Amino acid sequence: MLWNTLLLAVRAIRRNLMRSFLTILGIVIGVAAVITMVTLGNGATQSISDQISRMGSNILMVIPGQRFGPGAASAPKFKSSDVDAIKGQIFSAKWVAPVANSQATAVFQANNWSTTVTGSNNDFFPAGNWELASGRDFSETEMRSGKAVCVMGETVREKLFGKQNPVGSKIRLKQFSCEVIGLLKSKGQSGMGHDQDDSIIMPLKTVQRRLTGDKDINRITVSARNSDAINTVKNQLELLLRERRNVSANEDDNFRVMDTRQITETLTGTTKILTMLLGSVAAVSLLVGGIGIMNIMLVSVTERTREIGIRLAIGALEREVLLQFLIEAVVLSSIGGLIGLAIATGASVAIAKLIAVPYIFSPGINLLAFIFSAAIGVIFGFFPARRAAKLNPIDALRHE
Amino acid sequence: MNEFPLIKLSRITKTYGQGQAAFLALKGVDLSIDQGEFVAIMGPSGSGKSTAMNILGCLDIPSSGSYRFQGTPVEEMDRNQRALLRRHFLGFVFQGFNLLPRTSALENVELPLIYRGEKASVRHAEARTALGKVGLTGWEDHTPAELSGGQQQRVAIARALVTRPKVLLADEPTGNLDTQTSEEIMELIGSLNREHGITVLMVTHESDMAAYAKRIVHFVDGKVDHDRQNGEQS
Repeated sequence: MLWNTLLLAVRAIRRNLMRSFLTILGIVIGVAAVITMVTLGNGATQSISDQISRMGSNILMVIPGQRFGPGAASAPKFKSSDVDAIKGQIFSAKWVAPVANSQATAVFQANNWSTTVTGSNNDFFPAGNWELASGRDFSETEMRSGKAVCVMGETVREKLFGKQNPVGSKIRLKQFSCEVIGLLKSKGQSGMGHDQDDSIIMPLKTVQRRLTGDKDINRITVSARNSDAINTVKNQLELLLRERRNVSANEDDNFRVMDTRQITETLTGTTKILTMLLGSVAAVSLLVGGIGIMNIMLVSVTERTREIGIRLAIGALEREVLLQFLIEAVVLSSIGGLIGLAIATGASVAIAKLIAVPYIFSPGINLLAFIFSAAIGVIFGFFPARRAAKLNPIDALRHE
Repeated sequence: MNEFPLIKLSRITKTYGQGQAAFLALKGVDLSIDQGEFVAIMGPSGSGKSTAMNILGCLDIPSSGSYRFQGTPVEEMDRNQRALLRRHFLGFVFQGFNLLPRTSALENVELPLIYRGEKASVRHAEARTALGKVGLTGWEDHTPAELSGGQQQRVAIARALVTRPKVLLADEPTGNLDTQTSEEIMELIGSLNREHGITVLMVTHESDMAAYAKRIVHFVDGKVDHDRQNGEQS
């Protein structure tokens, strides 16, 4: 009976191709939107996690304020003396790298490129898993005197020098000229359009003096000797910085020490919430699509009253008519789901490429969205189907 | 032969509405129809002939009285049992043809066989045979919109025939057709009755059409006014 009813349902859908298409449009859009949003959101989250895991192991990041973003500005920044104190007093800390950031346009001959300039010390390279492709890192003198020398990332090299080796050349940054002493090995694109190779590293003093104009340090990256020492280092950092920043016993920290897991959580937290939010908005459109199906099915029952009368007169059982309309709704919404799935895959791949996040196929969300679309067919198809089945054949046949 | 008449109505009444507004459409109808008869049901509008036809076609149940179809009491059946009875023993032809729109003649004729659960190969063969019997070989793939009125009614007849029913119920089958086409359709129905032994019950208000029947039952005011074999004078 099921097979025959399916045949009847498919024939009825085929008879009204245009209307069937319009009926499922809502579901198509809904499913496509949900899957695309969630897939891209997951990709973004994944890319952030990847980026952090590439930062190096046993890493602690010290930032002023309690979290990234707004609010952090009010907390005092770190000073060079903080960095020295950490180096001098915390023995389990292997590398201590201060970071002062600035945005600047680098010029070489006719080429110019706007990039991030990071001021730090030589600990920056091992702590961040950076290796030199050629050249050298900073000398003691260069760091102490704040000489205008720099190590550049692969992207900057490509934009300014093309395929040439930049080591030994001079580039212009703002008003001063700067000698390129080293080139970093590429780490590759890392998600959310953020390119880690797109940066220039200079001695901290040089950046402070020539670019930022103050003595602030935006954050300090500390690397523990081994994974067992992470918690020790973290506790010691907190004690030391509370003391140095004059935080009294009843006050909260005005800085934060985060390990890799916390950094990941902090950074992916936003994208996760965003994914959920966008996913829910898309889910609402799926629901609206379902109501669309119900609407069309109800109209269709009224419009096809006579047809239902014919079916009942020639001996269709109530449950066969019910099942036929129900199957019509389910087949329609499932087809809509499948088309939506295909569109979502195409759109996800394309957009992922565009905004440079990895495309991660998630069987879970695809299956869920498809099952949900079929379920919408059952739920929103049932009411019109029952109405069709309960029709009195005599009245239905007389219906104009 | 069966010991029961094919159809036996005893003291059938049908009331529409309730209380003050109640309307008595049938006021005690007795009618017995044997296998192989060709009965025309005539009468002015409002005489209850359509109500009687609905009850005979098991589309409706009487308010009181008994209806035995091959000895089985129809008034005790529920909606689904009556649907199954229609599916297996009855074929319907309507005034308005009532074919599924945008559906080929073949698929229209197949429809009752789908509900009977026949295999696709059987369905196709039977539907083609039925279309052949009504003279529509070669028109299988045409939709109702591409067929003339007469052809549409032939498709409807084929759809009624395809299940090899015991009874063909025709409600004003020529009501929407011109005279010549009407005569062709009546010839067709007559031949089905003569050659295949199908019992035919036909409602009509045209005596020209009723003339094809072997027996004519006149309804007046919810009752059988007279019931005669064709050719007898009333």
